[in-house]
Amino acid sequence: MSRPALSALLARDIRLALRLGGGGAIAVAFFVLAVVLIPLGVGREPQTLARIAAGVIWISALLAVLLSLDRLFQADHEDGTLEQLMLAPVALEQVVLAKALAHWLTTGLPMTVVAPLLGLMLQLPAAALPALTAALALGTPALSLLGAVGAAVTVGVRRGGLLLSILVLPLYIPTLIFGARAAENAVLALDPWPALGLTAALTLFAAAFAPFAAAFALRINAR
Amino acid sequence: MLASRAGLAYLPDMSIWRYANPAEFMRLTSHLLAPLWVAAGALMAVALGWGLFATPDDYQQGSTVKILFIHVPAAMLAINTYAVMALASVIGLIRRHHVSFLVAKAAAPVGAAFTAVALITGAVWGQPMWGTWWVWDARLTAVLVMFFFYLGYIALWETVEDTEKAYDLSAVVCLVGVVFAFLSRYAVNFWATLHQGASLSLAEGQRMDDAFRLPLYLSMAAFYALFAALLVMRARTEIRRRRARALRLEAVPA
Amino acid sequence: MSAPRGEGGGEGRNAGGGRGEGWGDALAVEGLGCDRAGRRVLSGLSFRLAPGEALALKGPNGVGKSTLLRLLAGFLPMAEGTAMHGPVSLAADRAAFQERIAFAGHLDAVKPALTVADNLGLWAGLHGTGAARAAAALARFGLERIAGRPAAECSAGQRRRLGLARLLVIDRPLWLLDEPTVSLDTASARLVAELIGAHIARGGAALVATHIELGLPGLGTLTLAPPAEAAPARSADPFLEGRW
Repeated sequence: MSRPALSALLARDIRLALRLGGGGAIAVAFFVLAVVLIPLGVGREPQTLARIAAGVIWISALLAVLLSLDRLFQADHEDGTLEQLMLAPVALEQVVLAKALAHWLTTGLPMTVVAPLLGLMLQLPAAALPALTAALALGTPALSLLGAVGAAVTVGVRRGGLLLSILVLPLYIPTLIFGARAAENAVLALDPWPALGLTAALTLFAAAFAPFAAAFALRINAR
Repeated sequence: MLASRAGLAYLPDMSIWRYANPAEFMRLTSHLLAPLWVAAGALMAVALGWGLFATPDDYQQGSTVKILFIHVPAAMLAINTYAVMALASVIGLIRRHHVSFLVAKAAAPVGAAFTAVALITGAVWGQPMWGTWWVWDARLTAVLVMFFFYLGYIALWETVEDTEKAYDLSAVVCLVGVVFAFLSRYAVNFWATLHQGASLSLAEGQRMDDAFRLPLYLSMAAFYALFAALLVMRARTEIRRRRARALRLEAVPA
Repeated sequence: MSAPRGEGGGEGRNAGGGRGEGWGDALAVEGLGCDRAGRRVLSGLSFRLAPGEALALKGPNGVGKSTLLRLLAGFLPMAEGTAMHGPVSLAADRAAFQERIAFAGHLDAVKPALTVADNLGLWAGLHGTGAARAAAALARFGLERIAGRPAAECSAGQRRRLGLARLLVIDRPLWLLDEPTVSLDTASARLVAELIGAHIARGGAALVATHIELGLPGLGTLTLAPPAEAAPARSADPFLEGRW
């Protein structure tokens, strides 16, 4: 239905996420911290770092998104907002899509923006940075969308956070593989486009089905 | 299904959905369980006896190769059990049968166990071949990923307290899982083309000697019979647990 | 959707125009039943609620008042029976049924981090009813003085009123209210009664679970009896059938 209705919801979610302690900034900070800790663990040898940089950045992004997923629906479930959203003249599937988009704009997008910087710190050759950034830009929306399904399933569950991670991480495997591969191919001077295309395909696929699965789960959990 | 409830005279209701009724399901399976166990036991004894003791050693792999009589059927069931769960979940979502959801629930630990068996036997097989317990082989990795999907599904059932909610939520998780298990399988293949050199292929049918083929087929049949027996037994347990809950609720007035 | 519209009755039942769907339709409930956690909490419930009518929902705790309201709001699955609002059936077209409902339950759906005005503004935006309507609702509930404050600073009563102000922002014919006067003082409780009166005067209908007397003229009563008395309410659980 109406675009202004959804933009109202989108604007509200973004404002709540950007507020101090809202989660968006914390997730990005976690992402940076996790990447920066890696050389402290594996050593500062430039070749080693360059070899693992793409994978490290992707796995950190995965974990950062995972940690921020609980705020996607949990607060709205607890304070009754979800009930009111179900009665609003907007399909719940669209609500899910708007909330996943707001989540991406406040987590995946800022991570994509800082990723080239982190890539440089991990000695990733400059030639690979565009592929890394493009892969994150194309792939992180899938993380928010698939995460929305897990968050919707676990929204009414006590101790849901742990369950959420065990449900969602396996879903991230294809995105991780294709996304990291794009940057890695660029490092090896291979063609990154097939992997980028597959990453984008996963995002499109997730956008097509995740809102329906998540809305179904939210309706079940509203009982 | 409803006819039996209303106490009507016998209606020629030949529909398969009759067995979606817990009482009908229990009656049918009470006759099935013993034959299934006997078939599983007999097939298993013959298949493993033949496979382990009456087949020649491989000229390359020696007697190690005989683990395939456990590994291959277990790996097949690791995947097929999830297909059974997905089918039961779809039927449950569409027809709203409690028994369907409970069958899916009952199948999950069985599938997880077969997956674990496939992984362990794969490692045991690989150790003398590759000189290491674990190789990031595309197929092994895909089976490992499968194991995580089972874990998530089981964890969901363990965590959600309201059974009726768990029905639908577990069905969603199962169906999303089936799609992503497939996607992961292809993604892992894609990934392995970069990371992995030529690895020993595990039990590809094409190079297999006839001396191995027949006992392998027999062993597959034995594992399927074992799976059916375990599934029926576990489904009966789940139905009994559900009945125990219903009786408990009935005994305590609201 | 509709242009902002002032408060108060006086409009005809089928004023049409900017109004949403379903004004002037009656709610007809036949043989309604609902299971909660494997237990039949409502069964065989039938009643009618015509436009311009309000019903107070009475009964002891645990009798299913909240369940009935949540069921009619489309949150719970129906075990048996039908619920129709005019031509729209809850079972057949839940989305259309829900577009006729305004629900106020135990939860206020108030975001502490947003200001009072923004909290209400979201719902005006989502329902496309306009900012003027939100401002009018704030004024009606005496919240305009704290409109710019974060809702976190509100008292329990103010949060409750903010939650109820949503009823005036979203323009729905059928109000389902679950203990709307909880944590309200007598003056605010009277205001709630007045608003219900104004709502039914303009052709709406309301079903209100409440343990206090609202003092609303013409308020009917629907008393729910515990299902145990009604019938040997053996729940429809198929797992209780047969001997095995």
